[in-house]
Amino acid sequence: MIKLTVNGEVRSYDGDPEMPLLWYLRDELKLKGAKFGCGIAQCGACRVHVDGDAQPSCVLPMSATAGIKVTTIEGLSADGSHPVQRAWVEEDVAQCGYCQTGQIMTAVALLAQNPAPSDADIDQAMINICRCGTYVRIRRAIHRAAALMREGGK
Amino acid sequence: MNAIALTRRRALQISLTTAGGLLAGVPLPRAVAKAAGVQLGLYVRIEPDERVIIGAPSTEMGQGINTAMPMVIAEELDADWSKVSIEQLPLMIKRNPAGPGWVFTDFPAGAGGSGSMIDAWAFLRPAGAKLRQMLIAAAAQRWKVAASECTTEPGCVVHGATKRRLSYGALASDAAKQAEPDSKSVPLKARKDYRIVGRPQRNAQAQTIVRGTERFGIDVEMPGMLYATIARPPAFDAQIVSIDDKAARAVPGVRDVVRIDGPKPDEPLYILGSGVAVVATSYWAALKGRAALKIAWSASPWASESSETMATQMERLMRGRGHLVNDEGDFDGAIKKAARVIERVYSVPYIAHATMEPQTATAHVRADGCDIIASTQSPGLSSRYAAEITGLERDNIRVLPARLGGGFGRRLEADYVWEAVFISKAVNAPVKVVWTREDDLRHDYYRPAGRHHLVMGVDGAGKVIAYKHRLASTSKSYRRRGNDGSKPWEPDLYDNAFPSGFVPNFQREYFAVESGAPRRSWRAPGHTANAFAVQSFIDEAAHELKQDPLAFRLALLHDDTRKLNYGFDVPFVGARLAGVLRRAAKEAGWGSPLPKGRGRGIAAHFTFSSYCAEVVEVSVDANDKLTVDKVTCAIDCGLPINPLGVKAQCEGGICDALSTALHQQITVKDGAVVEGNFDTYRMMRMDESPRVIDVHIMENDYPPSGMGEPPVPPLAPALCNAIFAATGKRFRDLPIGAQLTKA
Repeated sequence: MIKLTVNGEVRSYDGDPEMPLLWYLRDELKLKGAKFGCGIAQCGACRVHVDGDAQPSCVLPMSATAGIKVTTIEGLSADGSHPVQRAWVEEDVAQCGYCQTGQIMTAVALLAQNPAPSDADIDQAMINICRCGTYVRIRRAIHRAAALMREGGK
Repeated sequence: MNAIALTRRRALQISLTTAGGLLAGVPLPRAVAKAAGVQLGLYVRIEPDERVIIGAPSTEMGQGINTAMPMVIAEELDADWSKVSIEQLPLMIKRNPAGPGWVFTDFPAGAGGSGSMIDAWAFLRPAGAKLRQMLIAAAAQRWKVAASECTTEPGCVVHGATKRRLSYGALASDAAKQAEPDSKSVPLKARKDYRIVGRPQRNAQAQTIVRGTERFGIDVEMPGMLYATIARPPAFDAQIVSIDDKAARAVPGVRDVVRIDGPKPDEPLYILGSGVAVVATSYWAALKGRAALKIAWSASPWASESSETMATQMERLMRGRGHLVNDEGDFDGAIKKAARVIERVYSVPYIAHATMEPQTATAHVRADGCDIIASTQSPGLSSRYAAEITGLERDNIRVLPARLGGGFGRRLEADYVWEAVFISKAVNAPVKVVWTREDDLRHDYYRPAGRHHLVMGVDGAGKVIAYKHRLASTSKSYRRRGNDGSKPWEPDLYDNAFPSGFVPNFQREYFAVESGAPRRSWRAPGHTANAFAVQSFIDEAAHELKQDPLAFRLALLHDDTRKLNYGFDVPFVGARLAGVLRRAAKEAGWGSPLPKGRGRGIAAHFTFSSYCAEVVEVSVDANDKLTVDKVTCAIDCGLPINPLGVKAQCEGGICDALSTALHQQITVKDGAVVEGNFDTYRMMRMDESPRVIDVHIMENDYPPSGMGEPPVPPLAPALCNAIFAATGKRFRDLPIGAQLTKA
């Protein structure tokens, strides 16, 4: 029996220990915000916070999840009020929207470590693929989120 | 709806929906009909609390159509946009009253060829306008005044003389009882009166997207649903010889193994090949079961094919004579008289769609009906496949397009929907098919590969007097149902293209290249390849003739106002292409000096119905590192329904095209695709994306035209032209890849 915390709730798991966290979140907990894009930790669509770090959930086996604290996009805020979510809406970032939850989780982790990232910092941290090519607006949204957070958004 | 009788895009839609005779779907928009409130017409429900729910009849894949189309309805309805919410409509069809088969109830569902907005203009304006008239009639009846004395303000009807007003919510049930005006004669708003259309509106689904609650096809759940993954052939057209599924069936959670015998090598493609589906209670169990399958496959009839053999084939073919697609004037005579002849060869590879969301569909086949929820650009084709597999009447098949995690033309094909329906029928349960990324990249309908040979003859005064475009490609019409393949050039060269009609002696010649790789539509199809070749070549010619690349293009176009039939919904007008060229150049500071190692390149192209010009500005440092400093874009899409969405499509199209030009290539080896995931099929990330994208929308009186594709084609040539301006290095083979460091 593996115990882990997902969005503040303690969960128990006794299924296949090889199953990646992504499928546990999506298919068992029905938290669909983390997306499947590549399965090999290349695209970032499945990123969630593991103990505060943005991590790909598609390659993390359940056997390695004992005691970890997972936050998914659903756990970021109940109402979309997190400054990064607000900035994403205000900058009208999303096109298809599929990768954006992973982008947001990466951006939140970046801003937690670096409250005023430069363009170069953003280039380095934001390794998620956006197939629609919303990169220019993502960059703007991160700067806006940083400003919102400085103004005491959260 | 247009003077050009059967345009290419329209022909495509018809082939998607009626080839094979029939189309299927449901008669009623259940998604809209389900809740409280008053249903008005097909698209609108008005709630007592004044909320207006607008049904979106196309499919949303990131092109913003589920924001833009409701804007059109809301505008003519004169709804209060802040009270509008949007619901995806299922496919709506009805029995053809004029003959056999089925027809769309109203809006031609599905999305391709950047045509949704053109269709919306034709279908959805009157749909909204009719409801406005019905609401006015209801108010007039209640006030016992003439309808002509009444008008509307957002969300209410107003009687000017007495300053009375009634809200839409209060009028809705009476409005539903009014006679429906005729679509053809219902008065439409004048453009000057627009309150919603033409103003920037944010993505209507932004809130659910950022919360992770927007439901994509891959997120669909049905009670009792099983998951399926399919073992696919190791090379093109390999067939199943034998299956040993003992170990697979022993994997906990695996429920069944289903054999799928796909099309034979000489049959049209409806799915991409044979396969063995593993069906399980979880996706993970299905993947494990698939890994445990032992399948013996027959040798591929294409086993000797590789990217190299294809290139050799193209070269060999082009030494001879091909099919003459266009022959205007006397090319052979003119080229002999030319003072100067310029020739170049360009090539583009196979590329994959790589939608961010892998292919997925969920189907539930029962004895009395079938439900399908899928990420599809082709609900009509999906339902037709379901009818063929199940034998059900089409009105018992319900198709609801989910939000697509990207489309790019991949999901005009409904092969994975076919798979979901087939497997659901076989296991008698709801089934969700989810492809892995490896499935997706190795089993795609690729953008055709091609080799372009261009020839230009110039007279003593520097005027272009002869022009020829020779193309050898693996045609997109490969094994297409209802197409015998006898005109393979049609989807790759289209009917005409610039500079047809602008050079007196003009030829285009086509060579069909054999390949076992499936191919179809990739965002802006043939335009991506042709714009790269033509706009690179024109640039090279300008440099060789010591003319400015912008001035050379403008001289060719000479502000021509003729309406030329380039084979699409709207005619081509040279002056509009010249217009976007001038605008992009002006905004980019074309001609102003740049430091060493920097350069600007320009290109413009007409794609389906809209005009786009782009100026790319690059830096190449001492280590040959490329930075795209700025892309300036001028777009002429007629009336921009949603300027914020238009800009998003320009930015996204530019990034998509840049990613493709820099990195993307599908390699064939031993009759199979080499690249399997994003570690080898490289996509551009934030660090390589343009530092600035500056979009300018042309203002004019033309009706709206498409936006999903037009920003893509000009980018690759503008980029290569910019790299040449910065470094003197010319790249004629895409992708650029490591050529910059090797050149």
